[in-house]
Amino acid sequence: MSSHASASLSIRQIMLWLVVALAGAGSLGVVALSRGEPISAAWLVIAALCVYLIAYRFYALFIARRVLRVDPSRPTPAWRHNDGLDYVPTNRYVLFGHHFAAIAGAGPLVGPVLAAQMGYLPGTLWILVGVVFAGAVQDMIILFFSTRRDGRSLGDMVRSEMGPVAGGIALIGVLLIMIILLAVLALVVVKALVGSPWGTFTVFATIPIALFMGVYSRFLRVGRIGEMSIIGIAMLLAALMYGKVVSEDPALAHYFTLSGEQLALCIIGYGFVASVLPVWLLLAPRDYLSTFLKIGTMGLLAIGILIVRPNLEMPAVTQFIDGSGPVWAGSLFPFLFITIACGAVSGFHSLIASGTTPKMIENEGQIRFIGYGAMLAESFVAIMAMIAATVLHPGVYFAMNSPAALIATDAVSAAQVISNWGFVVTPEHLTQLAKDVGENTLLSRTGGAPTLAVGMAQILAGFLGGQTMMGIWYHFAILFEALFILTTVDAGTRVARFMIQDSVGSVVPRFKNTESWVNNVIGSALAVSAWGYFLYQGVVDPMGGINTLWPLFGISNQMLAAIALILCTVILFKMKRERYAWVTLIPTTWLLVCTMTAGLQKLFHPDPKIGFLAQASRFETALAEGRILAPAKSVGQMNQIIFNNYVDAVMSGLFVLVVMSMVVFGVVAMWRALGSPKPTAIEIGGGPLPKPAE
Amino acid sequence: MPQKAGFWKMAAQTARLMVGIPDYETYLEHRRARHPGEPFMSWEEFFKERQDARYKGKGRFRCC
Repeated sequence: MSSHASASLSIRQIMLWLVVALAGAGSLGVVALSRGEPISAAWLVIAALCVYLIAYRFYALFIARRVLRVDPSRPTPAWRHNDGLDYVPTNRYVLFGHHFAAIAGAGPLVGPVLAAQMGYLPGTLWILVGVVFAGAVQDMIILFFSTRRDGRSLGDMVRSEMGPVAGGIALIGVLLIMIILLAVLALVVVKALVGSPWGTFTVFATIPIALFMGVYSRFLRVGRIGEMSIIGIAMLLAALMYGKVVSEDPALAHYFTLSGEQLALCIIGYGFVASVLPVWLLLAPRDYLSTFLKIGTMGLLAIGILIVRPNLEMPAVTQFIDGSGPVWAGSLFPFLFITIACGAVSGFHSLIASGTTPKMIENEGQIRFIGYGAMLAESFVAIMAMIAATVLHPGVYFAMNSPAALIATDAVSAAQVISNWGFVVTPEHLTQLAKDVGENTLLSRTGGAPTLAVGMAQILAGFLGGQTMMGIWYHFAILFEALFILTTVDAGTRVARFMIQDSVGSVVPRFKNTESWVNNVIGSALAVSAWGYFLYQGVVDPMGGINTLWPLFGISNQMLAAIALILCTVILFKMKRERYAWVTLIPTTWLLVCTMTAGLQKLFHPDPKIGFLAQASRFETALAEGRILAPAKSVGQMNQIIFNNYVDAVMSGLFVLVVMSMVVFGVVAMWRALGSPKPTAIEIGGGPLPKPAE
Repeated sequence: MPQKAGFWKMAAQTARLMVGIPDYETYLEHRRARHPGEPFMSWEEFFKERQDARYKGKGRFRCC
């Protein structure tokens, strides 16, 4: 790689890159080696940016030129099928924005917050190493392969390159992942809104606002997206302000103070209605609001971190790397890698990178910028989330993220328990902070969103508004997260519905028609009840739900990434480019080791906090002895917990089976490719641009 | 073709494409160049067509 890359480097450029490398190494050194004294978040930012620059300039270029041999003169699908609608040659900066907006979601915000229980260092290192060698590599290579295949989807590519059975298994895997993803994201929202009238009111208010925007842009002023979005965001901010009034008026607050179970049922009902309604009425306007708010807020947070440069209060490494942590169970390997998920590598991106983006790429030379570059930006979002979580006092962090079963529900006992863990905090500190952000309590506000919101409020209030604005910023952050999570729930339910209709439709052809109202209602009900089951189970879970569902989500997401990388490796073999296959084989192997270990531990680990079967048998034993274990209050609830744990065990088992079968299909395909004397990859196009018709 | 568009024009194009609406002028140019004399969609029709296309059919994956 060096000979190729350095051939084009002048002395001046070499000096420049040397400076970047030294700055990066120096900052990483500070991040990694400092002990005791809190360090400034600026070190983390500089370290990350230098790593990204070097990886983008050297490793990504090596992959583009040597491994993939991108050919800027080869007509892309955008030129070959140019229709001005789906296939449009698009400016690369415009397309970068589109692609980034499509991949950026709640995952990179929540994962690092949960991972912070082990300190800022382990998570940060994996975010950086993971993105450079796995996440961005996957996104870029899938984007390239899809561009060479007319923008075909991941499932289609698996089918054509690895066979129909492999394609079918991959699709089942994707459907399972969707279900767990929707459940865990909805759970994050539930956890953020429980007992919070301010947050609940604001989030509920987004529904009528979106309906108004939908009607406005479809009938009143058709297609005026900018105008409509400005009105919508102004209405959102008004709702945010009024939320404070609601929370301070006991009569009004009463209506918006809901329990976890109530909120879960609301979201399930909402998901169903949103999936059945016409898209322009609710889904599209919500999508506009959440997209613009998401991009704007991420930009604002980046500016905030640069201006305020807060100190990281969390130790670099905590004692919880041994797996005894209160936030989630399991040791650093493999569970840290499972927990971080999207900020380092996300299987979901393989679906986006084989979606609309490859149909709009102007030329293959831009694949590095869009595929690799956008994932680096996503990784930076994860770094910001890590900063937001670790600028909090560690005592506050653990008070917010430990289940009530461990720290009780009053500030005095919580402060005592957490201080005993070595993170000294006073009950006054905990109650005062809750008051500052306008919440009744911050204890056991698990799920990541409230923690991120307090961290963001601290950073944003540091340069905009000061202490008095803490409550507004906190609820703004909650609104921002809930808004785009709920948009994902809408859109995801719809996608899950189409997938269910498609697979059931292959047996009952009438069910395939997506225009039919009956099919629509049945399909939506099936999709909603699938993720709704896991959501409700998470809400009533003894360990708080996130503890159970987030690892399951992480495993499924990393598993999808492994499938995508197996496909990449197979195609490299089929292109007779196997001498470079290590580029995808190394991350594939690592992801396989992590997901298989984690999946098997979730199944068979003897510690009931980790293993589903052990948890089930703990409750079974108690039941046989006639005891009722908390949080169950009756024999019925005991049975429910046992059943839920068996369901979770089956899910883990399915994930492991899907991955193992994909490995077998992958190895077979590589073996065949090795035996063939010439390339067997099935590409589309490649000649000169076809002449314009007539 | 989207070449030397000004900064604000490009920002607006980016914002629109982020929510699934490609550039209308590019569409018009395409129709003029490749399908001269054939009917084309008005902005309103174009907007509705793209809005429906974004969420219908196979659906659009969103990220976590």
